[in-house]
Formats: sequence, structure tokens, C-alpha cells
Amino acid sequence: MPNILVVAETRGGELRKVALEAVTAARALADAAGGGEVHALAFGPPGLAGKLGPLAAHGADRVIACEHAAYARADGESMSATIALRAAGFPLVLFSATAQARDLAPRVCVKLDAPLLSDCLTVALSGQSVVATHSTYTAKLVATLKAGPMPVVVSVRPSAVTPAEKARPLSAETIAPAADPAASRVKVTDVVTSGGGKIDLGEAPVIVSGGRGLKEKANFKLVEELAGAFGNAAVGATRAVTDDGWRPHEDQIGQTGRLVSPDLYVAVGISGAIQHLAGMRTSRTIVAINKDPEAPIFKVADYGIVGDALEVVPALTAAVREAKKGH
Amino acid sequence: MKIAVCIKRVPDMESRFKIAASGTAIDETGLKYDISDFDAYAVEVALQINEKAGAGETTVICLGPDAVQETIRKALSMGAEKGVQLRADAVPADSLAIARALAAELKDGGYELILFGKHALDTMTGGAGTMAAELLGLPCLTAASRLEVTGARATARRELEGAAELLEFPLPAVVTIDEGIARPRYPSLKGIMAAKKKPLDVKPAQLGSVRVSVEKMELPAERPPGRIVGTGPDAVPELVRLLQTEAKVL
Ligand SMILES: Cc1cc2nc3c(=O)[nH]c(=O)nc-3n(C[C@H](O)[C@H](O)[C@H](O)COP(=O)(O)OP(=O)(O)OC[C@H]3O[C@@H](n4cnc5c(N)ncnc54)[C@H](O)[C@@H]3O)c2cc1C
Ligand SMILES: Nc1ncnc2c1ncn2[C@@H]1O[C@H](COP(=O)(O)O)[C@@H](O)[C@H]1O
Repeated sequence: MPNILVVAETRGGELRKVALEAVTAARALADAAGGGEVHALAFGPPGLAGKLGPLAAHGADRVIACEHAAYARADGESMSATIALRAAGFPLVLFSATAQARDLAPRVCVKLDAPLLSDCLTVALSGQSVVATHSTYTAKLVATLKAGPMPVVVSVRPSAVTPAEKARPLSAETIAPAADPAASRVKVTDVVTSGGGKIDLGEAPVIVSGGRGLKEKANFKLVEELAGAFGNAAVGATRAVTDDGWRPHEDQIGQTGRLVSPDLYVAVGISGAIQHLAGMRTSRTIVAINKDPEAPIFKVADYGIVGDALEVVPALTAAVREAKKGH
Repeated sequence: MKIAVCIKRVPDMESRFKIAASGTAIDETGLKYDISDFDAYAVEVALQINEKAGAGETTVICLGPDAVQETIRKALSMGAEKGVQLRADAVPADSLAIARALAAELKDGGYELILFGKHALDTMTGGAGTMAAELLGLPCLTAASRLEVTGARATARRELEGAAELLEFPLPAVVTIDEGIARPRYPSLKGIMAAKKKPLDVKPAQLGSVRVSVEKMELPAERPPGRIVGTGPDAVPELVRLLQTEAKVL
């Protein structure tokens, strides 16, 4: 009966979708093993506790709000101390594989002396071990990894799990950090947000990405308009484009950028270099628009249109707008 | 400044990989190897910091079999001063075991700055650097896309999802390096000649218990062959129809 501690990620004091994915994954694991408790721990500024109902609705037996004014931002040192304290005796600690978890999970591993399985596509329990699949070698191979004996720390790839409700009665607790965030040695001096309200690449169900085939920076507005027509889309880019400064580096998808798996990935003017495919080939449906019928992107695309992006994209934008109206 | 950079030897990711007969590893025949991308950026960052300061020493550390000496020499030919091989027959898939062995070597080295890659391109775990920091009790900045050092303090930028943070921290510290920070230089002929004479220490790796194993290595499931819906804007209605009725994403 494995008990699982989930670290439920928040941003700006609100639960992220990945938090519900993580709790869903943990609930399924516990149930498959005959039922253990799932505790979900979230960090945020005072007032967070009142917002954690969805964690119980998705299967957390206990929700824990660790509140501190400093937790409008993440703080690796104090958060990892709190997680490790709450994880004592838990065979499994589960994160979402986000930028924040990349900082937190390894610290927790050391504190618990537990091995790490990171960015897992699937996770299962097997006796005293955890077995997970993980995309490796820049997504050219899939490894099945086994870690154990427990405790083990895992992080689950965003979007690999679909949030599912499995309501538990709300059992809530509010705690203070186990270490003072003010004592942390790494200080955030500024936060730079690029374009307020933008949907994050890791959470967007649809991603529209542009490449050098868009010819110039100004044409990226076509991609933005298409994303706008979907309404739930984020904009991504290739390295060719981020290198040229058409888009910020954090929009880059691929081997050296973000790894994404949206429901729909639209590649506009992108050749489909392996380093780009490394970041998006696990997307559920892939659409490619490229004027070159031989472009490698068509090999991974479910649907392709051969043509000039500058003509096809505006037509697609109009058609998607129309289709959305019908709903 | 005394800087250490932990580098991993990985196969050229452009290779067409085959699975070894064991079913748990890649077939290494004919593969070319190099420094893992992010680790090469980290070497470049170290070299630039010391070049700017006009003084300092960069040590590269690589854990693995004797074949990694070639990888260490590459970093030396870029300009690093010293190399250390932590000898192990094989490199485990357990980042914590690797971090322990690296931390044991780093502990008494007197380094003011210790650099890692954000993740290794083969394992793509992204754990060893932050774990080593934790083991060493040092401040850690994970996934820096910019790093500047002034005296005993450093500032860095980290890309989060949808935002970036600017951070400040005291040295000594561990920093793991993200993309966008620096393009690694190519070794010059002079650098390659000089590297042959630079010190390369070989020591046994203290890996301790390894608790992650590879059970299976596979090629990803092939995507079912896609289709070209049509040419030009005329193909848009059919595409939209397919997205609605077949893919059900619209
Ligand atoms: C170590 C390393 C790491 C890398 N990491 C990444 C990474 O993380 N992410 C990444 O994306 N890349 C990465 N790259 C770069 C990668 O190899 C490619 O160079 C890059 O992805 C190409 O970007 P692109 O498709 O925009 O440009 P190109 O390859 O130049 O392709 C442009 C495409 O647009 C098409 N086109 C041209 N005009 C039009 C038009 N009017 N309408 C429609 N189509 C048109 C062309 O047919 C072509 O297929 C990396 C490279 C290296 C060496
Ligand atoms: N065998 C190794 N030798 C030296 N450094 C390593 C080794 N493996 C991993 N590292 C370092 O740890 C980082 C993260 O590796 P990983 O946790 O495997 O993704 C790499 O980018 C390297 O800086």
C-alpha cells in the first residue's frame, strides 16, 4: 500500500494544470497497487489553502498548503527542505517534470537518499521498485528504467497524463515552510515575463510553431494569429528562429529547448531537423505546412499541406475561426 | 577563478541508433562521440569567465571508461587547463550515483564555481548537477541561460515556463547550464597540440550503490504514415475537416 507524496505546482498562487495531472497519476498508481494514500503538497502565498479543492477532487486524500509570502516565487532551498520533511516514510515522491521540478526534485533525492526517474512518459510500481518509460538520446530512443528499492523520486512529463476527477473528501492542512525562505542563498532579483497572459508551452493543448520558412520576424504575426484563432494555443519556434532573435529563447522547441507533447502541433515553415523533432515528436497530432514536399517534417506529420506558409496560414486561421464559431 | 566543469561523453545524436543484442543499450559500433551539448556550453562559459578575468584555471572532470580521455582532451584543446577522469567501467543511468562520485572529487578541489550541463543528451535526466550541489552544501542555480561573475558573487538568468528569473547568489556555487548562453568554440590546431601536454589525472570513481537500471531500450513507436492533404490554401478546408472528424482536436 504505497503512500505517495505529490508536489502540486502553483504559479502566482494558483494551481497549474500539471498539478492535477500529477495527482491523477499518483491516484492511479496508488489504486493499481491496492490503494495507498495520496498527499498533495503545494507552495504559495497566504490564501493558497482555499484553492486546493481541485487536488482532492482529482484524488488526493490529504492536501497540504505550505504558505509563505515569499512563495509568490519558487525557492528551491526552503521548498526542498519542506518536501523532504513531509516525504519521510513515503515510498514515492511525484513531481511534474517542469522547470521548477528540475530544480526541486534532485535536491529532494539527496535529502531522502532516493534515486530519480525524471520526465517519465509512464510510471508503474513493481514490487519494491518503480518502472518508468523515458524518452532518451534526444528523443530518438525510449528507455524503460527501473529504480529501487523505494523511496524513489519521479517526475512525470507534462501532458502525458490527462487529469481525471476521482473525488476524495477534502482533508486540508496549512503548514509553514520547514526552512526560512529569507535564508536561501539564491535570491530572485527580477522576473521578466514575456507577453502577459501567454499560455505556457508545457500546458497548451495546441502549439503553433514557426520556422525560418516564415522568411522574416514580422511574419510571425501570422503564427500568432493562428494560435489566437485556436484560443488555447501557445507559440513555439525553431532554433533557427530564436538564434536570429525573431522569438525569445524560451519559445524554442527541441533538443536544446522545450520538450512538448500537445494534442495538436502545427509546424509552419519548419524543415523538421532531428533536433527540432526531439522536442515535439510525441505530440498527439502533427500538422505541417511547408513549401517543400520533401521536407523531413512531413515524415512525422499526420497531415501536411504543401504550400507557401504566407498564403496557407491566413486561410487556415480564417477556417479555424469559423470552425470555433460553430461550437 | 578556479572553475570545475563536469562533462559527459555521449554519442553524436545525429547517428542512426541501433539497439544492442542485450536489448538494454545502444549498439556502440561505429558511433562517434563528443562532449554532451550543454556540457560543451559549460566549458565555453568557464573559459570566457577566466579569459575576461585574465586569470584562472578550468578543470574538466569526466566519469567513465578510458574512452572518455578523448572527450577530456577535446575540452583541454578548447582551452581548459586540467583534466580528471573518474574511471568506471560503465556510466550508470543513476544520476545520484554519478553526482556522489563527482561530489567526492569536487569536495576538496577549492573550486569557486562548478558547472554542469542542464541535462546529459543521452540520459536526459537533468539531475546530477543539482544533486552534486546539494551533496556539497553549495548554492545551486539550475538551468542558467546567462551567467556573470563579479568577485565572490554571481548573477544569472533562468528561463522558466512563460517567464525568466534574474538571480543573485554567493560563490562558491554550482550552476547548471542551459542553451543560449554561449556557443562552444572549435579547438584550434595550437589548442590541440597544447592539449597533449596538459595534465590528465586518472582516479577510480566512487560510485557507491547504483539504483537505476535500464530494463529495455527501444526505438520509439513509429508514427503511422501521415498524408499530404493537398497543396496551397485550397487544401485548408480538407485539413480542418480532418482535424475535426478524424483527429478530433478542433
Ligand atoms: C547541437 C544542436 C542543437 C540544436 N537544437 C535545436 C533545437 O532545440 N530546436 C530546433 O528547432 N533546432 C535545433 N537545432 C537546429 C536544427 O538543426 C535546425 O537547424 C533548425 O531546427 C532549423 O530550423 P527551421 O526548420 O526553422 O529552418 P530551416 O531548416 O531553414 O527550414 C525552413 C523550412 O521552411 C520551408 N520554407 C521556406 N519558405 C517557405 C514558405 N514560404 N512557406 C512554407 N515553408 C517554407 C523550407 O522548405 C524549409 O523546410 C540544433 C542544432 C544543433 C547542431
Ligand atoms: N559521466 C559523467 N561524467 C561527468 N559529468 C557527468 C557525467 N554524467 C553526467 N554528468 C554531468 O551532469 C549533468 C547532468 O546529467 P544527467 O543528470 O545525467 O542529465 C551533465 O550535463 C554533466 O554536466
